[in-house]
Amino acid sequence: MTVTVTKADTLPIHSGDDVVRVRQRVRALAIEIGLGLVDQTKIITAASELARNTLDYGGGGDMRAEIVQAGMRKGLRLTFEDQGPGIADIDQAMTDHYTSGGGLGLGLGGAKRLSNEFHIESTPGAGTRVTIARWK
Amino acid sequence: MDRIPILKLGGALIVTIQVDMHDRLALALEEDLTAMIVRTGARGVLLEISALEIVDSFIGRMLVSIAAVSRVLDAETVVAGMRPAVAITLVELGLELTGIKTALNVERGMALIQARLAEEEEDGHGGDRDRYEG
Amino acid sequence: MTMDGTEVLKRAVTEDEAAILGDWTGALRESGSLQSGRIREAELQTQAKAVLGQFRDALAAAGLDADSGGYASLRETLAEISRSRAIQGFTPTDTANFVFSLKEPIFEALGRTCAADASALAGGVLAAGKVLDRLGLHTMEVFLASREEVIGRQGQEIAELSTPVVRLWDGILALPLIGTLDSARTGVVMENLLQAIVDEEAEIAIIDITGVPTVDTLVAQHLLKTVAAARLMGADCIVSGIRPQIAQTMVHLGVELNVVSKATLADAFAVALRRTGRKVVRQQAAVTEERR
Repeated sequence: MTVTVTKADTLPIHSGDDVVRVRQRVRALAIEIGLGLVDQTKIITAASELARNTLDYGGGGDMRAEIVQAGMRKGLRLTFEDQGPGIADIDQAMTDHYTSGGGLGLGLGGAKRLSNEFHIESTPGAGTRVTIARWK
Repeated sequence: MDRIPILKLGGALIVTIQVDMHDRLALALEEDLTAMIVRTGARGVLLEISALEIVDSFIGRMLVSIAAVSRVLDAETVVAGMRPAVAITLVELGLELTGIKTALNVERGMALIQARLAEEEEDGHGGDRDRYEG
Repeated sequence: MTMDGTEVLKRAVTEDEAAILGDWTGALRESGSLQSGRIREAELQTQAKAVLGQFRDALAAAGLDADSGGYASLRETLAEISRSRAIQGFTPTDTANFVFSLKEPIFEALGRTCAADASALAGGVLAAGKVLDRLGLHTMEVFLASREEVIGRQGQEIAELSTPVVRLWDGILALPLIGTLDSARTGVVMENLLQAIVDEEAEIAIIDITGVPTVDTLVAQHLLKTVAAARLMGADCIVSGIRPQIAQTMVHLGVELNVVSKATLADAFAVALRRTGRKVVRQQAAVTEERR
């Protein structure tokens, strides 16, 4: 089934305030496509994790937010991209656990668990792109 | 810069955490709380989060950090008022709030803190009790 | 030529309205909409009359553009009819026929209006076909959307019905689970339980799994997530109703339920009462009711 994009915009992520704006935008879009409260919370939280990653580890970047349509289903797709150092071992990065002080706390595993779709591409030295989606 | 107000009540410090905390504010809160615990000798810290629609790993780490510092200063931390959607999301996220007790609301949270203080008074010395309980 | 077609159509519908209505309701009656007993003749008549009237007005106001504002009230009327058909259990064909069966009566009216003018008749038929097809499709779209909504709601209701939250006592809730626990159901179950914890200000939630056929690692995971979420909100959980076979299976699978578990709901209730500082006392005399 082909996926069409019905709405799209891009937000910069270069500061803590930008992360706040990312959350607000994702909430607005989640409400727009009619996601229930729990699903809203999940995708906003996932977006917050990835935005912070982009800021803290990627040296800043941006988020592309798209409302997508596949047949009768509507969805929200978010792509976080940076030109940072990249991730050498993606599998290892995905299995990091949260601890109170240590650990990279990359939040990638968490973002994946909170989303219907998760896709990551990263090249050390070139940057990282993470895409998540939640469908209604 | 705005700092989050801290209330002193019944041997505990109460903080109401609002939405969309940014890094500097979180750091300031930790500093202020630490200073106040020392200054007032508070034995409990109540973090009221019923206004939080999102708790991500950043906020989670802040809560855990506050709890860890408070523990060193012999104060117990209780997080109260977590919303259902947030609880469900946190569990899915896999974030563990180590060292933190939770309560449904401020009333229950304060009761929890008071109960713990009362127990310690009965036994005469809180530290010993913990050790013997194992 | 389309302009002529529209004018001719307008004239036919306006001048011959009564005849068209008669033919249309006759066709609807014959096609079996009434026979299935889902709708009464009087109601059908009213609907047809309203639609035809609005169609006449829409034609005058906006010509053939069925998507325009001039057709808004007609579209809304058709949508309402369509929605009620969906809920009443009509077939898609029946519902679409409501609009499509209007074609023939209109074609015949056009024939009467145009008399011998063949090109005007052709124009009128083309115009009528164009606008009625669009309206028919609109009706179908609303019907389908309504059906999907009904199905979705029923699914939700089934999930909710099978997970009622019961208030056993002040601050003590019980969640008797019946049936298999999959991810979708667990989601609904969790939300219901957590909301109930907030609404009832519960301290303890007893999750009874007597009615859950098997507990494998996946089910255990779902249970643990529910318990963890409840704990984050300050409520403790007790799992009850673990049958002997379940207990053995769990041990063999290495499943660990790190939550207090009791064999029966009664045992769990007793623990919950104790934990919340209550005691059950048997009264001495013949008085049976214990007042709280």
